[in-house]
Amino acid sequence: MNQSFLDYYSLTPFTEWIHRTLCGVMPENWAVFVEGVALGVVILLAYAVLAVVLIYMERRVCGAFQCRIGPNRVGGRGGLLQVPADVLKILTKEIIRLKRADHLLYELAPYLVILASIISFSCLPWNKGAEVLDMQIGIFFVLASSSIGVLGILLAGWSSNNKYTIIGAVRSGAMIISYELSLGITVLTVVILSGTMSISGIVESQAGGWNIFKGHILTLVAFVIYLISGNAEANRGPFDLAEAEQELTAGYHTEYSGMHFGFFYLAEYLNLFITSGIASTLFLGGWMPFHVSGLDGFNAVMDYIPGIVWFLGKTFFVIFLLMWIRWTFPRLRIDQVLTLEWKYLMQLSLLIMLLMVVLKVFGLVF
Amino acid sequence: MVFDPDDFIVNIGPQHPSTHGVLRMRTSLDGETVKKIDPILGYIHRGIEKMNESLTYPQTLALTDRLDYLSAHQSRHALCMCIEKAAGIEISERAQYIRTIMDELQRIDSHLLFYSCLAMDMGALTPFFYGFREREMILDIFEETTGGRLIQNYNVIGGVQADLHPDFVRKVKDFIVHLRGIIHEYHDIFTDSVIARTRLKQIGLLSREDAISLGTTGGTGLASGWANDVRKHHPYAAYDKVDFKKIVYPHGDSFDRYMVRMDEIMESCHIIEQLIDNIPEGEFKVKTRPIIKLPEGVFTASVEASRGEFGVFLISKGDKFPYRLHYRSTGLPLVHAMDTVCRGGKIADLIAIGGTLDFVIPDIDR
Amino acid sequence: MSKFTKYIKRYWRSTESLAGGLDTSMKVFLRKKVTEQYPENRHTTLYIPERHRAELMMPHYEQNHHHCIACGLCQMACPNGTIHVVSEMREDADGKKKKVLVRYEYDLGSCMFCQLCVNACPHGAIRFTYDFENAVFEREKLLLTLNKAGSSLAPAPEKKVNQ
Repeated sequence: MNQSFLDYYSLTPFTEWIHRTLCGVMPENWAVFVEGVALGVVILLAYAVLAVVLIYMERRVCGAFQCRIGPNRVGGRGGLLQVPADVLKILTKEIIRLKRADHLLYELAPYLVILASIISFSCLPWNKGAEVLDMQIGIFFVLASSSIGVLGILLAGWSSNNKYTIIGAVRSGAMIISYELSLGITVLTVVILSGTMSISGIVESQAGGWNIFKGHILTLVAFVIYLISGNAEANRGPFDLAEAEQELTAGYHTEYSGMHFGFFYLAEYLNLFITSGIASTLFLGGWMPFHVSGLDGFNAVMDYIPGIVWFLGKTFFVIFLLMWIRWTFPRLRIDQVLTLEWKYLMQLSLLIMLLMVVLKVFGLVF
Repeated sequence: MVFDPDDFIVNIGPQHPSTHGVLRMRTSLDGETVKKIDPILGYIHRGIEKMNESLTYPQTLALTDRLDYLSAHQSRHALCMCIEKAAGIEISERAQYIRTIMDELQRIDSHLLFYSCLAMDMGALTPFFYGFREREMILDIFEETTGGRLIQNYNVIGGVQADLHPDFVRKVKDFIVHLRGIIHEYHDIFTDSVIARTRLKQIGLLSREDAISLGTTGGTGLASGWANDVRKHHPYAAYDKVDFKKIVYPHGDSFDRYMVRMDEIMESCHIIEQLIDNIPEGEFKVKTRPIIKLPEGVFTASVEASRGEFGVFLISKGDKFPYRLHYRSTGLPLVHAMDTVCRGGKIADLIAIGGTLDFVIPDIDR
Repeated sequence: MSKFTKYIKRYWRSTESLAGGLDTSMKVFLRKKVTEQYPENRHTTLYIPERHRAELMMPHYEQNHHHCIACGLCQMACPNGTIHVVSEMREDADGKKKKVLVRYEYDLGSCMFCQLCVNACPHGAIRFTYDFENAVFEREKLLLTLNKAGSSLAPAPEKKVNQ
């Protein structure tokens, strides 16, 4: 019974119908090509829209944490047009050409950063049948592709020929490479629990209950560790020491202007979204509705809500958690950041992975 | 040569988010570690001491508020005291009380701003707004009685500019109750946070000997175990009538410097509570001659300003202008101490230490 | 072993302190905001105390009278040369020569609101207002003439009678 409603919202028939129609008009290779281009456009549009939404959300949430209101002038009482106005402004700004910068790398760096985040963005499971890049090793692919971003940050810092940027870039490099470890280990914990690396597989495996409830307290702790290291991966406070405003003015993107800076800015917010999206996929069941075993009526009601609403709802909940963290704590120092990872988080995540293996082997998970 | 030719030198300032004004610190780095600091001053030099030589005594008062804008009352109090001492003007008991209360309110104001700025320097933007939230109330109280928020122009030769506003006593009492009720938020979000603690403890050590030889009075000296409070040693105004603790911390690290100021807020509240109900009746200003001429000689006065001892040194040749008017500013020794304190720390520590030393740039350059 | 317990304790205490911070910030998040909406609250909650110094003005009474006798003490007291009193000698009805105010020029742009002019004035002819919305687009508009056109000194005997 449940399954029927999930199928009702599934996008698979729709995509298959498109494919069939296109194949009727043109050869299959061409059809795939056209579909790919269309999908790319959709992803880029979603990327831009989400960035605007996230920036607006960050401003309002941050304002509320700081005893103030946030933007409320441009575009009526809610300040809804503030971010579009800022987007217009940043689009029209001049891109400054530095004299002694390494031009090729300087101009390549923002594209690397945004490329990494768009690739990982495409892997998110939006709905049943709406996983754009769905492969056997999906979650591994996300980890790998998001790591390209750090390359962009390092290149940006190095090629700008500025002392602040190089310090910021090196800090960011050291930090991101360290936090990949505990991030990877917590992801592995979930992979062990679900028994698959494919993103759609991980979501399907949570049909009976989300991972955060399935793995006793272990997945809860893993979730917290994932949030901390994901926050560090996204270069957001309290781990924003790569762009520590009070120390390095703007860190690795000090010398960027106009849309080049805009790309870093976009990527920062979308990385936040990707981190939260992956967190909700791994721990909160992706687009899976909330089910309580035994309460069939309740479960049926939950199934009426489409998967994309579930996914976005969970993701924005996690984003709110991350913003709450960001707007509460002071920034860590570089040695504290590394101590936290190497002395505390990694041990804990290894321990959790070990316990998870034990649980799984003895079949003690739900 | 201040630095070796192959040192990695970073310019922090003059335009930098965390130098609290236009101070330039040339910093040589070894990786993240600070090797040496060379502070360069004078970016906001206005020649106030020289200007004073061509101004009449009442006119010189107007410039003291512009020295250290966070101890405007206290600076002006010092100059008024010096001129009154020289001219032999006895001021009324009521004016003494009012001046003392205003000085303490100004100290709370300054320390709340210190808390805000330190939190912001360390990347915690939310506590920043907490400090400003309460500071706003003090500024409102100031504005009602003195007519100014930052530049109050309240003390004049012979007393104060205007009598207390009828609401003053009630509002100050309300404010103190409010502050005592809400100060725990400051500690919960920032002081007790493990990040802030590890970033401040055992960082930026200043020994008692160094504190004395550098002349870092005020909170910085008190945190190094040097009890140097002018209010205790040479009581002026109504300080001999109140009972207050001498706050001394032993370690001389950033955390102690921070705690001294947080404790001084509460101690100032205590002082105000003792005075606010017992303000004697009387005139708030004694009549002075329209043109004030001081007898020939050298006169001094000093007060405990928000961040140390503020001294006035006045040479008179019997004119209506001072021959020389020198201020012992509170900030200059603190900037001088930067090199001693910061060596061996990280860049992030440099910013945090700058925050805990709590200098105000217009006071340094004058 | 003691090292290990210390490690665990530190772990626990740090988590606790961070949770305390999160708790506080959430409380503030849910509280009413303190922001004042300035142009909107102009006629409602905005409160500018009467002693606020925003602009020098010369009060005018009935029949366009003011109290300035053009003595120039305010001009002398001003540290910035903000005030310029233009006066001329006129003969009054009795044939006595008297200094009369022609223009009281005040440059708002260079005023530092030290109140020395008001303190110096022997007749209370000038005072500060709390009308603070003084922003203009051109610098020339900051040069103000405080006495109104055709105004004159309030007749002195009347004042003496009042006192």
